[in-house]
Amino acid sequence: MSKLDLRGISKHYGEAVAVDQIDLSIEEGEFVSLLGPSGCGKTTTLRMIAGFIRPTGGTISMGDRVLSSAQTSLPPERRDMSMIFQSYAIWPNMTVAQNVGFGLKLRKLSKPEIDRQVKDILRITRMDHLADRYPAELSGGQQQRVALARAIVVRPGVLLLDEPLSNLDANLREEMRFEIRRLHDEFGITTVYVTHDQGEAMVASDRIAVMNNGRIEQVDTPFDLYNHPRSRFVAGFIGRTNLVGATRVNGGLDFGGYKVDAKYFSAEVGNREGEMEFSVRPQLLRLIAEPSQAVQGRPVVPSVIEERSYLGENWDYVVRPEGARQSLRVSALPSDLHDVGARVFLEFDPAGMVVL
Amino acid sequence: MTDQASDYAAEAGQQPDGWLRRFRNLEPINLLWILLIAILCVLVIWPIGFLLKVSFEDPSTGAFTLQNYVEAYGRWRYLEALINSCLLGLCTAALCVVFAVPMAWAVSRTNMPAKWFAWASVLGAFILPPYLTSIGWILIAGPNSGWLNEGWQWLTGSETPLFNIYSFFGMVLMIALNAFPFIFLFTKAGLDMISTEMEEAAAILGSPTWYTSLKITLPLVWPSILGGIIIVFLESIALFGVPAILGIPARINVVTTQLFQFFGYPFRMEVAAAYSMPLLLITVSLIWVQRLLLNRKGFVTQTGKGGERRELDIGAWKWVLLAWCGFVGLLAMYLPGYTMVVASFSEAWGKGLNASNLTLQNYYDVLFVSKLTQEAIVNSFLFAGLAAFGALGLALCVAYIVTRNLIPFASVLAFLCMAPFVIPGIVLAIGFYAAYAPPPLGLYGTAAIIVVAFMARFLPISYGTAAAGMRSINPEMEEAVRVLGGGRFTAIRHVVAPLLKKTLFAGFLLVFIPATRELSAAIFLVGPNTRVMSVLIFDMTEEGRFEAVAAIGCIILVTTTFFVWLGFKLVGRDFMMRTPR
Repeated sequence: MSKLDLRGISKHYGEAVAVDQIDLSIEEGEFVSLLGPSGCGKTTTLRMIAGFIRPTGGTISMGDRVLSSAQTSLPPERRDMSMIFQSYAIWPNMTVAQNVGFGLKLRKLSKPEIDRQVKDILRITRMDHLADRYPAELSGGQQQRVALARAIVVRPGVLLLDEPLSNLDANLREEMRFEIRRLHDEFGITTVYVTHDQGEAMVASDRIAVMNNGRIEQVDTPFDLYNHPRSRFVAGFIGRTNLVGATRVNGGLDFGGYKVDAKYFSAEVGNREGEMEFSVRPQLLRLIAEPSQAVQGRPVVPSVIEERSYLGENWDYVVRPEGARQSLRVSALPSDLHDVGARVFLEFDPAGMVVL
Repeated sequence: MTDQASDYAAEAGQQPDGWLRRFRNLEPINLLWILLIAILCVLVIWPIGFLLKVSFEDPSTGAFTLQNYVEAYGRWRYLEALINSCLLGLCTAALCVVFAVPMAWAVSRTNMPAKWFAWASVLGAFILPPYLTSIGWILIAGPNSGWLNEGWQWLTGSETPLFNIYSFFGMVLMIALNAFPFIFLFTKAGLDMISTEMEEAAAILGSPTWYTSLKITLPLVWPSILGGIIIVFLESIALFGVPAILGIPARINVVTTQLFQFFGYPFRMEVAAAYSMPLLLITVSLIWVQRLLLNRKGFVTQTGKGGERRELDIGAWKWVLLAWCGFVGLLAMYLPGYTMVVASFSEAWGKGLNASNLTLQNYYDVLFVSKLTQEAIVNSFLFAGLAAFGALGLALCVAYIVTRNLIPFASVLAFLCMAPFVIPGIVLAIGFYAAYAPPPLGLYGTAAIIVVAFMARFLPISYGTAAAGMRSINPEMEEAVRVLGGGRFTAIRHVVAPLLKKTLFAGFLLVFIPATRELSAAIFLVGPNTRVMSVLIFDMTEEGRFEAVAAIGCIILVTTTFFVWLGFKLVGRDFMMRTPR
């Protein structure tokens, strides 16, 4: 049985719909991210799980206990959860140790037991030397660790994180992603993580729920989300992609001005009728000088380089297949040098082209 | 906590449906809301409602009538008082601009040295209540015994005094010396928002400094200055102390002194109610205008910190400006303050400053002999303390509910808390009198009516402080407590209250200090046993006992200074010096 169950959860503010009929099941010990652009309803969903917002429809249950529904809502303090807030919400009037020990105090543990557990968690989060400092004396990263320690030390049934890294600088953010995952692996706490940064979500999560306009578009592992997006939105939001329309024509697919033979595609795609749309990742396209250089079994289309920019780790080319209405973005190795205006051949990898 | 826990258990979902659950879902917070509404009705709605009602009522029959208005505006003397009040307000505002705008400009934009000097003048003017400034100045420029006039007559052999404080201009000067800090703070706040780049943009096109200041800087802060002018105007027309002390002997009648006379003999409360309407209407509409002015878009002054500011080098002029700041401070604070201190140690003011005239008798009388003054001193601090405590408690509850959006229509509560801001103190006092003084409540002359009136009068200050404090606490601070298993009250006790400590302190002092000196609201409500220092000073001034008055004045001065110092010490530099709302 799953740990946390969201069934048809909705939140309406008058006419406005913030969250629209969400279903999501989270297993014991699982790390699930809610990923989406701002205003997609992910934070509202998280706050409904926490109990700060009462849903207008649907139920949230934990085990066989209903936590929230339109009629009743268990207050946050009785849900056995903990949360890390965007602002960290470290209480400035308490020392690090007092902050971390507060939840234990509320659980009526004995003083020596609290001291011991606080000490342990501060050691694990590498904060032991700061136990007696006040939050104002800490850096952003250190405050973040205090928030983590405070949330984990009570061994909550569910840990909620609301964009916890958005206030940190880039390097620290990278480090903390792994830190959060490490702590999750160490304690095995069921975790719901809200973020708009796909990198964060991909590093830390077992599964990611991509949200848009109050709905969940797709829930999948990071690998499947990237390689098998099921909607245009997911394809575009997770990584960069070319969205190309195609129509079935005699013996092949017309991509808006150029044709690729149906034989290259799987039978399922190749035989499909009518209009369709493909997501083609830029790194699955290859630029070659001669058609003979192509990998066996991949179609090649004559093209012209329109723009290029050098990003250090790779080239970013804009390429227009001959006759095409829409040009494509191609990510190439730094050694793949082509001048603007040069005629090249564009090699597709049909296996990596996903029909949406 | 256990009560609340069982409440919440009821919410967990296993309870029977229907009214029972609904009843259990009635969180304590809803009861609090009802209580707060009730208190605010007592403080705000009821008195103002009664003021309106009484003004349209025949006092003997209780029937509807317009007669009170006919009487209130049917005599030239009464209309003249209205005109005088407006003139007084306008002249005072003009004089305040003269005092304050150069000071604000000097402090905000120039390299004038010793800027603390200007601040000291501003602070001094705040510390000295207007009726004490007046008393100090009576000793300086009274037509017979003021040393300025004595000196002048001795020097020139002239028969007429140089400057008679008992005059229209005397009143204007006294109020202006007290109110100029408003314009100073408003103007300075406006100037602080203007980027130096605005001026440099003019300078690079060839504009001389003075031209830039007049054509660029001044127009940009004009809305702020106007905002200050409106506040000064309203303060002046609602002020009772100065017109009562200086205007009545000079036979200059203004609205507030006329209102006072309606409370004398013959007692005409209903006419007073009708007569106070213009004061109320003018205040409401001008505050509205002021809000419009200061909210106006398009002026950089109002759009936040406007980039870097560099001090303008004004050469030798900086000494002129410094002298001006000193001069204003001298008139507002040092001269009357010094005179009052000397008078309080004198046997008789008229005898001049020499050793034989020195005495501690005035203090001895005031503190140890006269029961009247002893009572008044105790009353002042007691009432002020209770009112500050009550207003702060109420304001905090409302601010918490409003900022946390706990209940629908919470903003109604906030509105009611801010409403007394547009009600002049003297009008509020008449409302309280009308509502609570007559039977069946018969609260006239009790401590309760004064404390409650003070609470209402200063509620906007408390609310402003409390709301600002609450807004500065991220709600996530509390949510972090709750998600870890603490209830709302645990969160308030362990997180909100400790974080609000400074706010609580500032909020208390910001009400306590003015409440210890409040005159306009007290004058109609005090009875024989509930006199406060300000009223006593007024009474004793009428009797001409200036030496004893000076002693009480000095006591007020010393205690106020102490509390202001305490505020600065504990709250920080912002204390009392933020732009008034």
